[in-house]
Amino acid sequence: MKTLLAILLIGTATPVMAQHAGHTMPDPEPTPAPAQVETPDPDDTDHSQMDHSAMGHDTGRVAPPDDSVREATDQPATHGQSQMDHGTMTMPIPSSPPPASAGSGPPRAADAIWGADAMRASRAQLRHEQGGQTYFWFQGDRVEYRAREGGDGYLWDVQGYYGGDIDKFWFKSEGEGSFGEEIEGAEVQALYSRAIAPFFDLQAGVRQDFAPRDRTYAVIGIQGLAPYQFEIDAAAFLSSKGDLTARIEAELDQRITQRLILQPRAEVNLSAQDVPELGIGFGLDTAELGIRLRYEFAREFAPYIGVEQEWRVGQSADYARANGEDPSVTNYVIGLRFWF
Amino acid sequence: MLMMNRRGLLGAGAGAAGLLGAAAITPAWARGASLDGRHIRAGFDEVSGGSIDLTIGEGPRVVQGRRGHAIAVNGSVPGPLVRLKEGEAVRLNVTNTLDEDSSIHWHGLLLPFQFDGVPGVSFPGIRPGETFTYDLPPIRQTGTYWWHSHSGLQEQAGHYGPIVIEPAGPDPVQADRDYVLLLSEFTPMHPHTIMDKLKKGEGYFNYQRTTWTDDYPLSGEDRRMWAEMRMMPTDILDVTGSTYTYLANGHGPMEGLEFLFNPGERVRIRVINGSAMTFFNVRIPGARIHIVAADGQNVRPVPVEEFQIGTAETYDFIVEPTGEAMTIVAESMDRSGMAVATLASRPGARAPVPALRDAPLLTMADMGMSGMDHGASGEMDGMDHAAMGHGPQNPGSTQQPEQLEAMNMEGMNMRDTSMLPPDVEVGPGIDMVAMNPVDRTGDPGIGLDKVPHRVLTYRDLVALEPNDDLRTPSRQMEIHLTGNMERFMWSFDGKKFSSVSEDPIRFAYNERVRVKLVNDTMMAHPIHLHGHFFELVNGAPADRQPQKHTVIVQPGGSASFDLTADESGDWAFHCHLLYHMHAGMFQIVTVAPQGDAPEQERVGEHG
Repeated sequence: MKTLLAILLIGTATPVMAQHAGHTMPDPEPTPAPAQVETPDPDDTDHSQMDHSAMGHDTGRVAPPDDSVREATDQPATHGQSQMDHGTMTMPIPSSPPPASAGSGPPRAADAIWGADAMRASRAQLRHEQGGQTYFWFQGDRVEYRAREGGDGYLWDVQGYYGGDIDKFWFKSEGEGSFGEEIEGAEVQALYSRAIAPFFDLQAGVRQDFAPRDRTYAVIGIQGLAPYQFEIDAAAFLSSKGDLTARIEAELDQRITQRLILQPRAEVNLSAQDVPELGIGFGLDTAELGIRLRYEFAREFAPYIGVEQEWRVGQSADYARANGEDPSVTNYVIGLRFWF
Repeated sequence: MLMMNRRGLLGAGAGAAGLLGAAAITPAWARGASLDGRHIRAGFDEVSGGSIDLTIGEGPRVVQGRRGHAIAVNGSVPGPLVRLKEGEAVRLNVTNTLDEDSSIHWHGLLLPFQFDGVPGVSFPGIRPGETFTYDLPPIRQTGTYWWHSHSGLQEQAGHYGPIVIEPAGPDPVQADRDYVLLLSEFTPMHPHTIMDKLKKGEGYFNYQRTTWTDDYPLSGEDRRMWAEMRMMPTDILDVTGSTYTYLANGHGPMEGLEFLFNPGERVRIRVINGSAMTFFNVRIPGARIHIVAADGQNVRPVPVEEFQIGTAETYDFIVEPTGEAMTIVAESMDRSGMAVATLASRPGARAPVPALRDAPLLTMADMGMSGMDHGASGEMDGMDHAAMGHGPQNPGSTQQPEQLEAMNMEGMNMRDTSMLPPDVEVGPGIDMVAMNPVDRTGDPGIGLDKVPHRVLTYRDLVALEPNDDLRTPSRQMEIHLTGNMERFMWSFDGKKFSSVSEDPIRFAYNERVRVKLVNDTMMAHPIHLHGHFFELVNGAPADRQPQKHTVIVQPGGSASFDLTADESGDWAFHCHLLYHMHAGMFQIVTVAPQGDAPEQERVGEHG
């Protein structure tokens, strides 16, 4: 697991080229614009003390500044202010490191005044408060009642984390069933989650199923936000029996108004083998397509209604039929999305 | 409301000023510590003299019917106006009656670093029940500043107030009346709750997002492009009017803050942005104003009709109000709310309050792609910049007249980390790298590029007095402002303060350095350096570059300043958006002690 993690991390590291080298940019094409020169109202302040001639210009709107030497040579030289005195601006400024004497002071100036002991606690607190904090988040993404033919049911899909910006403990739980029957499926995942890219976390850990059977899995996956704002959660599971399965979920928030949000959702479960005792078939095992319409009374509290279609496919469908179940089920759902 | 009068009291203002004078006899701090369940007052008293007492307390606060908990100094929000005098020393005795540590930072003041008031950098902080004395030597500056807590998130809860430093000699800015307008926010939410929501719910406070039913001038292609980037064109401010009531001197917009005037008078307004997270667009419909000072430093008067003020900046302006009343509007940059005050010729006089304007959208320039889909227009001509070693010059405004139409995103890499210098740490905390981060000091600020009147830009600012250090900087350093909007991570050079607290930015004593700030995010950041003034490289002649303590770096752009590092010690350097700082956009600047370093000769040095 560690090796895999390391490989993935290396894969995301990007070579850093020095000092903007290789930065090619189309040259901005200069087009003339009306000069925005305005003279300050002489009534406002006494300007008689000011030496305008020494300043070399006398307009209210000053010339744009020197930007950097780097870009100087590839720019069309068609602008300037003839009255400006550039005498002090002609030499390029080097990007050299600080002189040796920059490090000549005490490592912490305040220690010399107040004492290192007096400063210790506040220094630690400052470090903690400016970026070192941890947060706890819990989300009920789908907690819903499911109306359907042949017995209504329920479903929960919750997750949360505790941790900082990069490293987190992440947990997930899903489960579903029909009222008056034994629970059909229930699982809990405990994951280490590490931010590996601006929008993605790599997650690894264990999954424990309690229904339909107790079973333990190793988990590796990614979770995050894909281009076009798709919320993605994809994971592979290796069971203690050696069975390999995978699950990919995608959600997309489409705002109709600031608070009314339509959320299409898709999920597929895949399997590398038949797992008859769990009703899992090789290849595409199950697919779900749903749409939910929620209203955010608050960002944290959003009841929804929706419809979701589930299909069991291929061998999996055969397992379902053998069990007296319909491989295709339509659920009309009402539920709550919440977080804190 | 507080009134200060320089040329004598006139007409309607006299009675009010007299009352204030009487109130000043009873020490304000005597009422401050124990509030006995009374509500915290809006508005502020004034404290002055050689020894000033301030007491930090807390209590309930109500703004326009919304209730919350506040931290208040001397019993009011904002806390008292601290009036100082150039050339005079002052002892500020600050008593903390909270049950947690507190502090006061004197924002913009030149002082020994150990009295700068940042716990963990300049001093240990003020413990509960403790009184700490800031023993300041003779004040070396004049103008408009402010003070605020630098502990935790106390500033959001009301722990701030204005500072005015009177010049020893005559003030070059002459006015009949002199008022402070301190802009801030009230929220019933606890500041830690706000931070929590920002971390967990991306766009939590933004109720101006693009939807299927919005009126934004965005094509389907534009919308797909923003979605592809996983970013929002409406991400203007992180915390908005959905929770904030914007305040003028502690008063909500319906609470009727008045500044009295007599027709024909020149009124000076000292605008302080004491908010935690808000940029304001300030204007007086129907009036032309003259900006006369920026960050406390006098500038050549600039006539404008509107200006944007970043968090922690100050601007002084002069206005000659006409008619019975005029409205001072301070609209939040995202236009989700406004603070309001009235210039009134008699108590109760009112002028119409304009409606909020349409919410702005981020532009190509904000994405760091200035000039990449159109020709940059040159303002001036006849000069060979290339031959002079000059940089490319963008026009006065880098914002685009059109939205993203005709922009082909094919092949665009919004996060080309190879463009970053090697000292930037590339990681999940960087979601964007500006492709073409041009100098944007010519920009009026987000949403103000298309208004039909003149708006201030940094390039309008020209120091009134010549600067005292005309040396060409001996080196240039580049600092990248980095972030991840989705994760609410903010940092300098990709490194949060929590990971670089032992590795400060180092300057030699009296070193002259050009610091270029490159904004690799789509948000505007007001960057503040404690204990110094730097000179904004805005195209003004070297001896007239305006001195500032806080500079806005526009999204996807850059800004540069020249710094003479002549204040020894450790100083905080951070984004002044409170929750950005709290997320890690903070560093320590260390200026080496003077030691045996010879005093360097300065060109144009003056007394």
